[in-house]
This record gives sequence, structure tokens and C-alpha cells, in this order.
Amino acid sequence: MSQSFTRVELLRRGAAAGVVLTLPTSLLAACGGDEDEAAATTAGGKKQLAKTLRFSNWTLYIDIDEKTKKHPTLDEFQQKTGTKVEYFEDINDNASYFGKIQRPLSQGQSIDRDIVVLTDNSRFPGLLIDKGWAEKLDKNAIPNFGNLQDALREPSFDPNREYSMPWQSGMTGIATNTKLTGGKPVTMIDQLLEDANLKGKVTLLNEMADAMSLVMLANNDDPTSVDDASFNRAHDRIKKAVDSGQIRQFTGNDYSGPLSKGDLAAAMSWSGDVVQLSADNANLVWNLPESGGDIWTDNMLIPKGGDVFTASTYMNFVYDPEVAAKIAAYVNYVTPVKGAKEEAAKIDPELADNPLIFPDADTLSKVVIFDSKALTNQDYLEKWQALIGS
Amino acid sequence: MSFFHRHRGLTPYLLLAPGLAWLAVFFVAPLGFLAYQSLQSGSFDFGYEFTWAWDNYRDAISTYHEHVIRSFVYAALATAIALLVSYPLAYWIAFRGGRWKNLLLLAIIAPFFVTYLIRTLAWQSILSDNGFVVETLRTLHLLGEDGRLLATSTAVVAGITYNFLPFMALPLYVALEQIDARLLEAAQDLYASKVKAFLRVTLPLSLPGVFAGTLLTFIPAAGDFINAQLLGTPRQHMIGNVIQSKFLELIDYPAAASLSFVLMATILIGVILYARVLGSERLTG
Repeated sequence: MSQSFTRVELLRRGAAAGVVLTLPTSLLAACGGDEDEAAATTAGGKKQLAKTLRFSNWTLYIDIDEKTKKHPTLDEFQQKTGTKVEYFEDINDNASYFGKIQRPLSQGQSIDRDIVVLTDNSRFPGLLIDKGWAEKLDKNAIPNFGNLQDALREPSFDPNREYSMPWQSGMTGIATNTKLTGGKPVTMIDQLLEDANLKGKVTLLNEMADAMSLVMLANNDDPTSVDDASFNRAHDRIKKAVDSGQIRQFTGNDYSGPLSKGDLAAAMSWSGDVVQLSADNANLVWNLPESGGDIWTDNMLIPKGGDVFTASTYMNFVYDPEVAAKIAAYVNYVTPVKGAKEEAAKIDPELADNPLIFPDADTLSKVVIFDSKALTNQDYLEKWQALIGS
Repeated sequence: MSFFHRHRGLTPYLLLAPGLAWLAVFFVAPLGFLAYQSLQSGSFDFGYEFTWAWDNYRDAISTYHEHVIRSFVYAALATAIALLVSYPLAYWIAFRGGRWKNLLLLAIIAPFFVTYLIRTLAWQSILSDNGFVVETLRTLHLLGEDGRLLATSTAVVAGITYNFLPFMALPLYVALEQIDARLLEAAQDLYASKVKAFLRVTLPLSLPGVFAGTLLTFIPAAGDFINAQLLGTPRQHMIGNVIQSKFLELIDYPAAASLSFVLMATILIGVILYARVLGSERLTG
């Protein structure tokens, strides 16, 4: 730990002196960044930071300064390390993003990204790893790894966390534009799927695990252990709502526009987004359904060809509780970083009490993790795709 | 020069070569590969294998025939509306446009300066539930109190019509513009009324334009997925949406490939039948 502390100290000093640094893990080598492309050491890959880090993430998922449209923590990273983060908000849902990147990856081409973020309630993080399209993390560059919440250390798709680090976790529930519902939030799946007043003004998420979890809970079935009967019950109930015209669309992140505009009265949606949107539109509220919601974790992965050392250095940076608190304060998602709560309390005591960021026992008792085996069940996947695409 | 003199017979082929090579590399080869993929079986996770899996075609037709039919209905509606709108437009520009002709043509193409996706997203705003169009239609009681346009078949057909209108209008204009005005004068000299002159002279002479325009509109419209995706609901999804999601999201190449062939074959049969009824050669020749 002392070694890494020194490095951070040196970085700070270096940045203060206005020097662009490229450094091996233990040895500081200050020089211009012009040779970083060519620099590679024999063992363990590159140990020098690249000039830029290319980071693909979901929309509304990082701190942003409303006035300058800049991302303060990314600027902070640049100040500390000299590496500029090229931040892309180009992930709308797991399936279509994976579809986009899988073709170049399967042909051994780089996708020009160093970090991508995929959700554990889809089969895609596991698929990326199984196909050999993810680089192993450089754990030596992540001394903050110890700050990862214990509960998130052994996910089934990456049991030893060799390839992935959580970005944020979040919950799936229902967002309401109360302007269209007479001021009352929608809190039940029954309303979403069957209330005639909401007909045609409802969207569900196109992620199978999200939609199925919520509907199964409403059916009194168990989403943590899915069987054909419970899957079909939920499937048929959603299909009925599609056929009757109750459901307008299945969406990824793109529910946010129509919901704010008032084309939608209610949308199955992710916890933090709506909190951010409600800053501009007081009519938007988010609730866990009375029957319960699901919880998932988004994971940072390094796609093949990405710069492992630079990406790992960035992951280490966001696992600094102070940085984690800053991001969480803005995105309103559950932070996976130990110690972030204490740091958040320093920014704003109310923040530390926000159950969306630091869920209390009561909130956690209402959310489930969708059965990971069901995620790769080909039959379920096909049925689900036919449902949302038919 | 002497080479061409000695091999005069070769010249046309040499001139054709670049185009043929282009087609071979970028059309025939991918098509062949697509055909090969359409007969594979397996899964993305474990890999696909070539097994002469004709079942893919049976599955494609039995599961998605509704989408195919819907695609053709939407495309046909959009083509018909585009024709009805474009014909007077092209006629007016060709015969009455005068010195404004080029400017008016530019106006038809103007939307193409904006990308397809953005144009369709703009329609999302235009047809929005709280938008001007819906409000007006509600005030006029043309739309019920709870009525809406977005996320209906109307919106999808309107979107397709709008997006493909120039493909209809431009060939029509070209056909109409070429008509020799003296033919119309001659018809009227022979006591044809204006209506009769139009029906007997202008309309038949413009049919090659109608033929080209309808094909240029109908064929891409039948395979479109953007409009149904952005302006419709899952109930409006067309075969293009299914192929898109099979290719890019489910990564089920065999199913996507076989569906593509089913779509291609259906369009081809439709076009051949159409050409027999309204064959441009018979009309012009």
C-alpha cells in the first residue's frame, strides 16, 4: 500500500508541476507522452499510461457539470495522471451494444475502447469473457481493489473478479410522469400491464431479467429460481399487454425522453436515471413496485485490444471512496465502493441517507437478483426476443 | 490504341469489368455467404455449423409470416400514398415549374441533407401526444380525446411515405419532363379534352416513371425497420425489425439470413408479377 501511496503522491506533485507523466508501476519516468504507443515491456504488458482512455458507458451514468457539460471526475483523473478520458455514452441496452462490438471482436479487431460497461443481469459480460474477448485486469494497478463491497466479489460470470470491476449497481422499478396520472405514482405491475387509463402510455425494459423479475414478483413467482411454468406465466401476461396495445414499446435507456415529454405515463426504469431527470422535471417520480423489484450490477470490462494498464489505473481511481462518492452523488445509483458512504456524508449528510445510493435493509429486502441460469437459456431468450420484437 | 484495334470484341467487356468486379465482390460474394449462413445450425455461444438446415426457412415463414405480410401492406400503402402525392407535384414542377424547376427539385431532395435517423426522430416530435398535430386533430374531433398518432400504424406508414417520397417524385419528374409538349397540342388539335389528353397521352407516357418510382419506393420500404422502431410499437414491427434484432441482438445468423432470403424472394416474385402487368418495355416499345 505504501508504494501505491507514494505513486499517488508523486502523481499529484507531477500534475501540480504541469508535467505529463508516463510511469511504470514502481518507477517514475517523467517524459513527454509521445512514445507511449511504442512503449511495451516484456512481461505483464504495457506499464505506461496511454494518452487517452476510451470509455463506453450508458447515458446518465457519470457526474456532469450542468453548466460546462464536463465530467469533473474525468477531469480529475486527467489532472492526476495526464490521461485524457474520451467518454462515450453509446450504450443504450446490453444486447444491441454487444451486437455492435461482437463482430470486430470475433475477427480479432480492436473496437477502439479500453473500458465497456455491461450488466450482470444479461448474459453478455459472461459471454465476453467466455469468448476470450476480455482482457485480464492488471490487479497490481488496482490497489483499491480491497474497497470492493464483499457481496460483489464472486459473481458467477467472473468468480475471481479477474476480468471485471463493478461500476454501479442499481434497481429496476417504475417511473411515473405524475402529470399524466393525476399526481399519483404508479406502484403496481398490475397497473402497468392492465390499467386501461395507462393504455399505450407504458413501456417495459427490453432486458429480459428486468422485465421478467418485476412481473414474476407480481405473479408471486420467484425470479431467483426460474422454471418454465413461472417463465411462461410472466411471458403470457406481458404478451397479453402487448397484444392489447397497453405496452407501447420495449426500451433501453431511451425511455427517458418520451417519459419527460409526457408521451409516456409510466415506464419500467432504472433507479438513478429518474432521480437525475426529475431535477429538470418535478413530475417524474420513481418507485419500487409494491411486489418488489430487481437489483443488478454494471461491470467495467476491458475489451480485447484495450489498454489494460491505463484501464486498470482508471478503475483504481474510481475505487477511491472520495471519487466514488462524487460519482454516486450525481448518478444516484448504488455505489460498490466501501467507504463511499462516509465520504458522501462529508459532501452532504442527506446523500449518505439516500436509500437509492446506500440502500437500507428495508430497500434491500424488496429487491432480488434474477436467476443467472435463466439468462443463458436459449429457449427463454428466443421467446423473450420474439415477445419484444413481435 | 493498337490493343483495342486488335481485340475490338473485348472492349465492351473491359469496360464492364470494373462494374462486374464490384458486383462480384460486394454483392454476389456476400449473397453467397448469406445463403451459406442461412443453412447453418447451432448457437452463437457454441458456434454455428453448416448442416443444410432447411428448417430455418420453414421456421422463418411459419413464425414470421405476419411480419412479412405487415411489411408488404405498409410498404404498399406508403407507395400508393407517395404516388398520389408525388404525381401532381412532379407534374406541376415539370410543366409549370418554369425557371424555378431546379429550386423546386432541390426542395424535394432537401430533407436528404439530414440523416434518415434524425428525420424519423423529428417525426417522433411532430406526432408527439402533446404536440401540435395531435392537439389540432383533437380539437377538430378527427382524433378522440385519448387518441394518438405516435405508436400507431398510421405513424409508421406516414413515416415511411415521407422518408421515401423523393424516390417516387424524382423518377416521375424525369418521365413527365421528357414528354414532348407538341404531343399534347396535337391531341387537343384532334379535339381531345384536357382530361382525355392527359389520360391518353401524358399518363401513358409517364408510366415508366411510375414503374421506376414505385419500385424504388416499395422495395426499400418493405425492408425498412427504422420507422416501425421509432414510430410504432411491437405490434407495428416489420420484417426488417425481426432481421435486425436477429442479426445484431440475438446474433442468430442462420435465422436472420434465411429471413432475408424469404424477404428477397417475396419481393422478387412481387416485382416480376408487377412488371408483367405494368412492364415498362411494352408500354414504351
